[in-house]
Amino acid sequence: MSEPHDLPVDWPAGVHRALTAAGVSLVGYVPDAGHKRLIELCHADPTIRAVPLTSEGEGVGLAGGAWIGGARCALLMQSSGVGNLMNALGMARECRLPLAVLVTMRGEEGEANPWQFPVGRAAPALLAEMGVEVTRAETADAVVPAVEAALGRIYSGRDPGDGSAMAAVLIAQRVIGVKRFQVEETR
Amino acid sequence: MSALIPPSPDRPSPPRLHRREAVAALLEGRGDLLVVAGLGAPAWDCAAAGDHALTFSLWGGMGLAAMTGLGLALARPHRRVLVVTGDGEMLMGLGSLATVAVQAPPNLSIVVLDNERYGETGMQPSHTAHGVDLAHVARGCGFAVAATVVASKDLLGLRASIHQGAGPIFAVVKVHAETLPLVLPPRDGAMLVERFRKALQE
Repeated sequence: MSEPHDLPVDWPAGVHRALTAAGVSLVGYVPDAGHKRLIELCHADPTIRAVPLTSEGEGVGLAGGAWIGGARCALLMQSSGVGNLMNALGMARECRLPLAVLVTMRGEEGEANPWQFPVGRAAPALLAEMGVEVTRAETADAVVPAVEAALGRIYSGRDPGDGSAMAAVLIAQRVIGVKRFQVEETR
Repeated sequence: MSALIPPSPDRPSPPRLHRREAVAALLEGRGDLLVVAGLGAPAWDCAAAGDHALTFSLWGGMGLAAMTGLGLALARPHRRVLVVTGDGEMLMGLGSLATVAVQAPPNLSIVVLDNERYGETGMQPSHTAHGVDLAHVARGCGFAVAATVVASKDLLGLRASIHQGAGPIFAVVKVHAETLPLVLPPRDGAMLVERFRKALQE
């Protein structure tokens, strides 16, 4: 018999509700398997415009343009995409753009692709160095509260001494599951 | 072959416009138009046409002008949005042409002032000096309107399209590689953002 806390937590639905509750009407993303369900929920929601990007940095321009136009935009990406964000974050910081970045992690336990390790490992430090407040969600039930807190911080007034209103939530790879690489033997 | 060798002389260089005159013509009587100015000379050109609360001038974020215009156009679907940027800036954000075309905002125009040079860094030739055709790229991405303007008589039509045409609209305006007096917009990013947001609420 399973206890309620053993049920799988539907964090994508919770994150979707949190985005809507915070008034986010634009979501920019580069797809990641870990964000698959959340991306589908955003596309299905008539109050959200989900915008696929060719590269993660585009999302900062999208969010900046949305913000000066009076709209709120959140970004979804995998950890490798954090490496593509850097100069764009300079713009966001100088302009004090509120920016919510939800990152599904690669390069953690169980990772089968060694090319994911370098940026995966560096992502928290890269974000922090650019002035982004970083929170990690190690378990499925920690994701939604972390996202709610991040959205609350960036949209509810800003610390004038800080000069930044950017927050990232890093969702641990163990929450997402490990990408399988199935190779057929050819002989 | 060195990338610094100027374009082949056997390729005839097209007629060109003066960038300040072109931008002044496009922004004349701008009305409700919302403007995003890409970093460098395009931002100075827009400032020379008159600093405006509803011009968001980028001093960084190279490659993001078109995306900033997209975010603005999606946030304000009932306002016309114009991005004025340069060839080097646009080349850094080629992917954003695909992203914009997929979203197909009817209220967005992107004008690239193409001097075929990195004018802020020593006039090094850009890829467009070697034949890269940005209007062709935009067409390939799916822009319904993608034109190259080389004559001042065509600016009036482009201006009309920016204000009334069905977008997204993409235009390359071929301009001289000239070094002009700096006319700088405000450079405090947070101030530019707040000024823009406030002016939109009025």
